[in-house]
Amino acid sequence: MSARDKANRVLIHVILILVSITMLVPFLWMILTAFKTMTEATSVNPFVILPSTWRWDSFREVSANMDFLHLYINTLLLILGRVVCAVLTATLAGYAFGRLNFRGKNLMFSLVLFQMMVPGQIFIIPQYLMVSKMGMLNTIFALVFPGIVTAFGTFLLKQAYMGLPKDLEEAARLDGCNIGQTFLFIMAPLTRSSMVALGIFTAVFAYKDLMWPLICNKDVMPLSAALAKMQGQYTNNYPQLMAASLLACIPMIVLYLIFQKQFIEGIATSGGKL
Amino acid sequence: MANPKKGTSQARNEFIWGWAFILPTMLGLIILNIYPIFKTIYESFFKTGDFGKGNIFIGLDNYVKLFHDAEVWQALLNTFKYAIVEVPFSIAIALVLAVLLNRKMKGRAVYRTIFFLPMVAAPAAIAMVWRWLFNSEFGLLNHIFHTKINWISDPKIAVYAIAVIGVWSIIGYNMVLFLSGLQEIPRDYYEAASIDGATGIKQFFHITIPLLSPTIFFVMVTRVIGAMQVFDLIFMVMDRNSPALYKTQSLVYLFYQNSFVQNNKGYGSTIVVLLLVVIMIMTVFQNIAQKKWVHYN
Repeated sequence: MSARDKANRVLIHVILILVSITMLVPFLWMILTAFKTMTEATSVNPFVILPSTWRWDSFREVSANMDFLHLYINTLLLILGRVVCAVLTATLAGYAFGRLNFRGKNLMFSLVLFQMMVPGQIFIIPQYLMVSKMGMLNTIFALVFPGIVTAFGTFLLKQAYMGLPKDLEEAARLDGCNIGQTFLFIMAPLTRSSMVALGIFTAVFAYKDLMWPLICNKDVMPLSAALAKMQGQYTNNYPQLMAASLLACIPMIVLYLIFQKQFIEGIATSGGKL
Repeated sequence: MANPKKGTSQARNEFIWGWAFILPTMLGLIILNIYPIFKTIYESFFKTGDFGKGNIFIGLDNYVKLFHDAEVWQALLNTFKYAIVEVPFSIAIALVLAVLLNRKMKGRAVYRTIFFLPMVAAPAAIAMVWRWLFNSEFGLLNHIFHTKINWISDPKIAVYAIAVIGVWSIIGYNMVLFLSGLQEIPRDYYEAASIDGATGIKQFFHITIPLLSPTIFFVMVTRVIGAMQVFDLIFMVMDRNSPALYKTQSLVYLFYQNSFVQNNKGYGSTIVVLLLVVIMIMTVFQNIAQKKWVHYN
């Protein structure tokens, strides 16, 4: 390797490390602040970087004020509800759109594409009015409701089914499988990676959803809405705000660090096909 | 020879199974999405009565009000300002990072994991920590740079400060999309260019950018749409009584305030129809412009 190549390589790492620091500093600052006292957090002269002792007080105080166990459960149910419904309905519809020929298919698929082109806020008022009329505000059902079906997921799964070879299906049919059996035993298992991708994509965006939970639920809140509400109440107690943020972020970050490959590929391959 | 009778029964089978399979999705889409589109447009011709009782048909009054509502046009301008920073910077930085990472190197997976991290954090938490970093008295940023800038309460710069958070949050996502696009560019192109003596930077502009242009175009279109819908960051970062709120609130923020705080769902619907029109115009415009710079093989 020439000296020039070596210098280039070092330069690249320097750039990447600088960017990494920029990406990590907010998270580090969140952690450090959560363990400080209010005095340490707001001390300017001298500026305190590390807490003198690592205090868990802020975590204790926020968990006394916010029922984190319930917030975790609500968030989990929101995510599970949307993932199960979205993957199930999109797998079925994706197979029909990708592999079957029937009258009305193209018209129906154009509705799917149409949904993907309009900004999501246009659905929100009518969705709210529907949930409200059903008397289901403030329930887990309300949280899951807008995500029961997914146009985007249907599109994603259709692409996956279209990529499968045709002979498999014909062989299954010759063996006497009907369409339902062919789908269930032969074709669906082959799109497992797309289902996982859609599942992760749905989970992350359900977790990040803020406006809908704010609107539909005042009591049965997921983490995102609870954080927003908390900020309104304790505007300036930064150690507490950071402790609550950390408690809200940690489960998803831990899952991400364990399954990083699936997360990145799931979100990117889904997003990339949008 | 295909048996014609068997053919029709197969066709009928596919018809029945096909409709059975798409039925849940289509019912859901029609109830949750298609009907609400028309319902929202319909609502925009109504004024919501006090205490949500009774809608009063007011024709185009909401649209007339919209045209004369300085707050709405300011919000549209704010949204544009946000997008003008967020979209180009997040794309350019992500592109450079993707090119740097698109090789066999030590720590590649670690860098990718770190850059992507903001994607899995709750936006409310991200907004809170940035608010704290931006804090004019005790914030880390003013301390590091020895400045006294009111990042998020100075009306002149607040919207750009929020756009910086937007860039920071989305770089990793764009980068991963670019990385998968880069993997499809054949190595030979670069080898041939090296033999011809083209340097890294020349290769970037003459090989990478043109061959990656379909991916860049795709990311650009989706990022513009996403940026035009910015809400979470503004909702979480701005105080309700901040002097900079008027100069930072986005169209979607205004939609939320009108529909669910002031409870005028008719006017809220009108604002969202404006958003729909603006996004459609921008998307059509980008589709026309792409013919000049996107290369498809």
